[in-house]
Amino acid sequence: MAVPSHMEFFIDPNRCIGCQSCVQACGECDTHKGHPMIHLEYVDRAHSTQTAPVVCMHCDQPTCAEVCPADAIKRTGDGVVQTARKPRCIACNNCVLACPFGVPKMKTEFQLMMKCDMCYDRTSAGKKPMCATVCPSGALFFGTREQVEQLRPRSTPVNQFRFGNQAITTKVNMMTPKAGHAEYVDVTAAMNEGAIGKEITLNVLMNGLFSEKESQ
Amino acid sequence: MISSEREQMTIPPDGRPPSEQPKWRQDFPVDWPQDHYVARRDFTKFMVLTSFAFVAGQFWIVVQNFIRHRRGLPPIRRIAGLSDLTIGRSLVFAYPEQHDKCLLVRTGENNFVAFGQECTHLACAVVPEPEKKRFLCPCHNGSFDLETGKPLAGPPRRPLPRVMLEIRDGAIYATGVEARVV
Repeated sequence: MAVPSHMEFFIDPNRCIGCQSCVQACGECDTHKGHPMIHLEYVDRAHSTQTAPVVCMHCDQPTCAEVCPADAIKRTGDGVVQTARKPRCIACNNCVLACPFGVPKMKTEFQLMMKCDMCYDRTSAGKKPMCATVCPSGALFFGTREQVEQLRPRSTPVNQFRFGNQAITTKVNMMTPKAGHAEYVDVTAAMNEGAIGKEITLNVLMNGLFSEKESQ
Repeated sequence: MISSEREQMTIPPDGRPPSEQPKWRQDFPVDWPQDHYVARRDFTKFMVLTSFAFVAGQFWIVVQNFIRHRRGLPPIRRIAGLSDLTIGRSLVFAYPEQHDKCLLVRTGENNFVAFGQECTHLACAVVPEPEKKRFLCPCHNGSFDLETGKPLAGPPRRPLPRVMLEIRDGAIYATGVEARVV
């Protein structure tokens, strides 16, 4: 069985509220021994509470598989990049370091790289991935392109990414504002420029310091 | 049909056609179906080598048989006197070699039985229990019939090897070992 090609994964980080539902739902699954395979990242922890869920993007040319010296990471016919094959994985961490999205997780206790496989046991049987079923805000959505078009009329799915000079095409789509006409998403852009929008600074501590100085 | 399965789905990062790719990309493909693909040559090689292994095994059996026949019959050896054992008692002796431990049990006035002591399951030493009419293997609770040596319960499936006995001049002699399958 394979994941049907008309069913696609759409991530909309704008809608993420950081509720950890996806992490909990993912962690409950026995196929990866109770460890959550999804990442819930803070975009800029110091200045914002904004979070973004990161699942495996299932690249057309998986960098993790390219760098694997043990030939352990395989991509099935439907384009899903699977967790490392247990008999082959040597726990060398190459994939963890190489992945442009930081998806693979090294489980040293199992001597195995484990990663999001889009809940292959569920999606290949026609069900939705666990995280997409529990997400209350629709930041993670699994369905057809028409459905997402209807749900998010102001967004457009993009599956082109840039990581430095590397161009990546993925199976999983990222929702971007339609008005922006984004051709691709620059994965490392946040490292070069600050976040757009109003900056929230918690300056309680600074105030305290200054007032103490003044009183002296 | 076979060639389409062999076809690469994942395009290498440099984007060049498969014919221009280095050899290792064919040997270590990223695609699952390709990774599981067994070439006809590999399959044939496996079959030929396996057949050779079977042939070698048959020759090994022949050689073993030959060696066993060369060795001839085991010696006739005196185990114990008739009066050494009372009814229901047993005795451990080595026959035909020093390390082949056997059990002699007196089951009646003129009835003696002797069996190899190695359990036919995993070669633990069996313990005679004449009051229960059985040999018990304490390792996995296997038991054998006291009279015939046939398995009664537990994991063993083959009977204990029987030691042939002869009574001459008030003494018991072992004259041979009968290894049985059923």
